[in-house]
Amino acid sequence: MEKRVVFRSAWLPYALVAPQIVITVLFFFWPAVQAVWYSFQVQDAFGLKTEFVGLRNFAELFADSHYLDSFKITAFFSIIVAGAGIAISLVLATFADRVVRGALAYKTLLIWPYAVAPAIAGALWAFLFAPSVGILSYFLRKTGYNWDWVLNGDQAMFLVIVAAVWKQISYNFLFFLAGLQSIPKSLIEAAAIDGAGPGRRFRDIVFPLLSPTTFFLLVVNIVYAFFDTFGVIDSITQGGPAGATQILVYKVYYDGVKAGDLGGSSAQSVVLMAIVIALTVVQFRFVERKVNY
Amino acid sequence: MRIKHLTLALAAAALFSTGAQAQTEIQWWHSMTGALGDKLNELATGFNNSQKEYKVVPVYKGTYPESLTGAIAAFRAGNAPHILQVFEVGTATMMAAKGAIVPVAQVMKDAGEPFEPKAYLPAVAGYYTNTKGEMLSYPFNSSTVLFYINKDMFKKAGLDPNKAPKTWNEVLAAADKLKASGQACVYTTGWPSWMHIENLSAWHNVPIGTKENGMAGLDTEYKINSPLHVRHVAMLGDMAKKGTFTYAGRTNQAEAKFYTGECAMMSSSSGAQANIRRNAKFDWSVNFIPYHDEVKGAPQNSIIGGASLWVMGGKKPADYKGVAKFFAYLSKPAVQMDWHTATGYVPITMQAYEVTRASGFYDKNPGADMAVKELTNKAPTANSKGLRFGNFVQGREVIEEEMEAVFAGKKDAKTAMDEANRRGNEILRKFEAANK
Repeated sequence: MEKRVVFRSAWLPYALVAPQIVITVLFFFWPAVQAVWYSFQVQDAFGLKTEFVGLRNFAELFADSHYLDSFKITAFFSIIVAGAGIAISLVLATFADRVVRGALAYKTLLIWPYAVAPAIAGALWAFLFAPSVGILSYFLRKTGYNWDWVLNGDQAMFLVIVAAVWKQISYNFLFFLAGLQSIPKSLIEAAAIDGAGPGRRFRDIVFPLLSPTTFFLLVVNIVYAFFDTFGVIDSITQGGPAGATQILVYKVYYDGVKAGDLGGSSAQSVVLMAIVIALTVVQFRFVERKVNY
Repeated sequence: MRIKHLTLALAAAALFSTGAQAQTEIQWWHSMTGALGDKLNELATGFNNSQKEYKVVPVYKGTYPESLTGAIAAFRAGNAPHILQVFEVGTATMMAAKGAIVPVAQVMKDAGEPFEPKAYLPAVAGYYTNTKGEMLSYPFNSSTVLFYINKDMFKKAGLDPNKAPKTWNEVLAAADKLKASGQACVYTTGWPSWMHIENLSAWHNVPIGTKENGMAGLDTEYKINSPLHVRHVAMLGDMAKKGTFTYAGRTNQAEAKFYTGECAMMSSSSGAQANIRRNAKFDWSVNFIPYHDEVKGAPQNSIIGGASLWVMGGKKPADYKGVAKFFAYLSKPAVQMDWHTATGYVPITMQAYEVTRASGFYDKNPGADMAVKELTNKAPTANSKGLRFGNFVQGREVIEEEMEAVFAGKKDAKTAMDEANRRGNEILRKFEAANK
């Protein structure tokens, strides 16, 4: 028996997906094509003079050692943000799933930060850790620790990672919680009767059954770390000190929006686009094989 | 709720447009918030009430970079405002955009408004004037960098609170004493590139770049790795290592460190005075920035920061008449004095400065004239009348990145300034290619 729903009409399915297609083309494909086009040009800020320069923007980018450093910084930042974001929210979701009393309150509080815009999340953390007036800086100084992220690149990196992870935990938490709740209780009970402890049950039953969720979150979190975190960086460090938190997407934003260098910024976003496409392909080709649907 | 607001706004707009049909509207995009924004609106209202033909409509468009980006997008779409407030680092970008802007001198001449470039403070007007002596944009809000000391802390350290350090050697000596007295933060600075590269150069009559600091041509090159620059940055690096210099960040973060009493000395914008006056619970003074006494002829004069008003191209001749009339209104000594005394920005004409002095304002507010005095300390030279570097938003970022590396002890001053110079020149070449 045919299980799928089949549309008999020739045009209805197309009409139904059309709005989505239009939005995708208008807001994703069109700007992407434009970025590729601009990346081959040198243009003044007002667009009065445009010159086609072929690959010169790219050549200049890769001749710049600071741009190459930015790759290392981005890789480090993204791996930590995606890894920590997923790990912490998995732990929280596992615990929240076992809570008997006041579960709703816990869940609500854990989901809350998702409603905060990245720039505001950044501002919150920047205030908490502000070198002169931040309350957490105050306590850190009391302990004698030299907390000065305005000049110390490692501390600045730590701070933007904390802010970026904090912002993403809620989203991950939501998906993990839903994933956990869809695991049949009978399986876990059967394992318990067979004598498996909570750790064993998690490792052999829960985690494999969660793998589709984990895989989905891995893709989403990497995209988040690569693209969505510039608000956090902009409101805390602006890429400083000395470029220590200059991740690729922040440089795209800074050069294009703040410095009016459209050609250079477009070339960078094309590079970034290529990286994320490659990463996603790798994830789907290799990581997805380990996923049990 | 939002829809309600929108309808209200639409209704109000409809009402206004019918009422103002005979008037020509002049759109003015700006980036002034808080008290400054209120004062700016007051200027527009004052002009609108002074005549009936034109109506200046000020619109807040976000921070300087946001407003500039917005105006560029609007220009590309054919909806640019008449007047746009642009920060000083955007000057080269605007100037290179021939066809997008109309020089202010041109606007005034076409409208037949009296306009005497010599009436403006040379250090202010020079920044926005091309080598042919033509004023390109209207200097609106200008400040400069000054040196602040906490007199109470000077007393505590056994220093004479009425003798602020004049030279960097005196700063170093005072810094050691302050440190010895248990002061945790001795010296800090706002705007590191503006203060320690741009103004350092002007104050010692040393070029920041070739071609009159970029004013005489796009083929300019940075000169920020000169012995003086390297020595100065190295000195700051040493101070940071010794703990007598606390880095606060790239904009005005240092100001909070000073007025909360955390730091004993600070160099930052003359515009910091308003906040210090309001918040400081100690005795303080404002002074000229220090100089290196081994440099002959120092100190020269400092250079400005702030923003100017650019007139955008492609409007009707009648509109430009209104713009010219508005600028003429802004230049009136009484209007200038009002703006200067309320905001702390420097008056842009000599006459306005004299009128303010005669009013006794400076006697009541000691230090309020320090910025003008520093800017007019000597007649500006090719090295000290200002600067014009393409994409200086990126240029400043490069300079500040390299300085930060020195302050953090990661690079020595020579390596860092050579690198800043090299990277800066790459940006200049790119700008030149895009604008030739």
